[in-house]
Amino acid sequence: MKMSYREAVRQAMHEALVADPRVFLMGEDVGKYGGAYACSKGFLEEFGPERIRDAPLSELGFVGAGIGAALGGLRPIVEVMTVNFSLLALDQIVNTAAALRHMSGGQFSVPLVLRMATGAGRQLAAQHSHSLENWYAHIPGIKVLAPATIIDARGMLGPALADPDPVVIFEHAQLYNMEGDLPDDWRCDIATAAVRREGTDVSLITYGGSLPKVLAAAEQLAAEGIAAEVIDLRVLRPLDSETIAASLRRTHKAVVVDEGWKSGSLAAEVMARIVEQCFFELDAPVARVCSEEVPIPYAKHMEEAALPQVPKIVASVKQVTGK
Amino acid sequence: MIEFKLPSLGADMDEGKLLEWKVSPGDTVKKGQAVAIVDTSKAAVDVEVWCEGTVFELLIEPGETIPVGTVMATLLEAGESPETAKRAPRAVLLPHPGPLPRAGGGGVVSGRRRISPAARKHAEELGVDIETIPGTGPDGAVTLADVEQAAAEKVSPARTAPVPDKAAEMRKAIAAAMSRSKREIPHYYLSEPVPMRRATEWLAQANAGRPITSRLLIAVLQLKAVALALKKFPEMNGFFRDGAHQPAAAAHIGVAISLRQGGLIAPAIHDVGEKSLEQLMRDLTDLVRRVRAGSLRSSEMSDPTITVTNLGEQGVAAVYGVIYPPQVALVGFGRVDEQPWVENGALGVMPVVTASLAADHRASDGHRGALFLAALRDQLQEPENL
Repeated sequence: MKMSYREAVRQAMHEALVADPRVFLMGEDVGKYGGAYACSKGFLEEFGPERIRDAPLSELGFVGAGIGAALGGLRPIVEVMTVNFSLLALDQIVNTAAALRHMSGGQFSVPLVLRMATGAGRQLAAQHSHSLENWYAHIPGIKVLAPATIIDARGMLGPALADPDPVVIFEHAQLYNMEGDLPDDWRCDIATAAVRREGTDVSLITYGGSLPKVLAAAEQLAAEGIAAEVIDLRVLRPLDSETIAASLRRTHKAVVVDEGWKSGSLAAEVMARIVEQCFFELDAPVARVCSEEVPIPYAKHMEEAALPQVPKIVASVKQVTGK
Repeated sequence: MIEFKLPSLGADMDEGKLLEWKVSPGDTVKKGQAVAIVDTSKAAVDVEVWCEGTVFELLIEPGETIPVGTVMATLLEAGESPETAKRAPRAVLLPHPGPLPRAGGGGVVSGRRRISPAARKHAEELGVDIETIPGTGPDGAVTLADVEQAAAEKVSPARTAPVPDKAAEMRKAIAAAMSRSKREIPHYYLSEPVPMRRATEWLAQANAGRPITSRLLIAVLQLKAVALALKKFPEMNGFFRDGAHQPAAAAHIGVAISLRQGGLIAPAIHDVGEKSLEQLMRDLTDLVRRVRAGSLRSSEMSDPTITVTNLGEQGVAAVYGVIYPPQVALVGFGRVDEQPWVENGALGVMPVVTASLAADHRASDGHRGALFLAALRDQLQEPENL
């Protein structure tokens, strides 16, 4: 069935709300407005204000309330408008949600799902456009997901809610309007990376909003005789190193594409693992295409220039493959 | 101890093949002396040495192809003896069926060779000596593909490297230099019709008393006029390097000469501004002869500070050229053609040539370019002063 990424997110939440009375949705504008990205349109009328809760503009407060509800036995889905705003709730997420199982010797679980939009490309400037997935992927005690396909948007929420620990789901803002087919069997795991395109010459490793760009680059490269394999990380913590290593054993070359900034990026972590685990498989230095190290600009041409784009990815692959 | 390295003889050269040594160990050499003949993709060039000394060791054998910057020989300075001089280690040289590492890539010439970890491991598995394998990867790195190629050649030694096609190589060299020019140099173009009655009349008179072999060509007047105009406009002369224009003190004009087998070359006539027209005519004749014979000196290849191209003989009205990097300007002349010309309010017939300027906007602006062309035009109105 053809549907948008937004609709897939909506259906996943709808299914969870119908199936489990412990599930509720809380966040800024999720109720009357229907969600900042319209993922919960009609939910307030269908499920009522007890389960679809508009929160005040206080990320620290309502994320904390979500943690409390999870500790109390509920299954909250907390929506934070963008990852930039989630920084206000970092104390609750890092010091409380991620740490409680460990600090209580396993007595407390925090089965919380945090959804947030991330990424640039919509001219929303520096306070609404950053890609800080890597900040969360750094923290032990939480899982970090980056659905980049219709199937993952539809299928990742179920296992995330079933997980006894906090799960953060990053939805790239550029993906909501993406359309694609949802097959009948859309169930998926939240543990492995996926090979989105097979190839033998170079591994392109990416996630989230960069996946469509990388697939477009791979298509262009194929026309020039370079067979690129595309790995979608899907799960940013814990990283599925084995899928990456298996790909490198086939291609011996890698380019990592990450909308985060280069310094201390997720791309850096992926590269480090490649060097740790696949050094003797490498036939060229590992390369990466990241965002320019500036706060994401507002002006359209500058924003585009700041982000990983298909020509930059193609150029990097050509450098690595020497073709 | 002086290291004599293969110089770059132009923006489009990154390797050369030693054809012949013109010196032997023990010979003393003078500054400017041709010591070797090197084949570039364009011509066989006499490579000159730029210091005085005694040849100590010749490190490269005739027939070897080496990257620019490779030490070819060592010389002893005055007062040095073979005992006091440290023997230079011979650079590792490899047979290379494929393209060479880019200049500065360090694949062969300096430091540790670039060998990918996978290539090293695979070479061990196949029992191939990795040190003998040429690298064709990025920056000259030895890659898996190189190892597999080498292993395949080991199995079937009958396979030989393809014989390089001279014309194709020159085409490639020109392509590289011209692509670089259009990629890096913001060209601007100006042109000016130059009345040539005085010049042609003066030339006819000057040639009247000469034997055919020493008659002057209009091209020589144009070269001299360009050189004199350059004295007032140094921003058209010299090189653009390291982000800045470096004006040249003298006008060494590269003269574009097309080759019979296709392609072209633009070696320098040195110090054009200081030479008489007779001397320039002899230099030009000599240069064309040597270009066609394929024997040029290295300084002629690397010294041009500006290029002049004349396509008038081919019958075009004007030529707008592509600057040869790192130069900053190119002057073009079309054919001398009789045209309607208004002078003192009356319409008459005038021999006219279109002079054009392609200049690097990083080094000069159109205003100065226009004044330069005007100065060139004025120079050609006073042929007796050339």
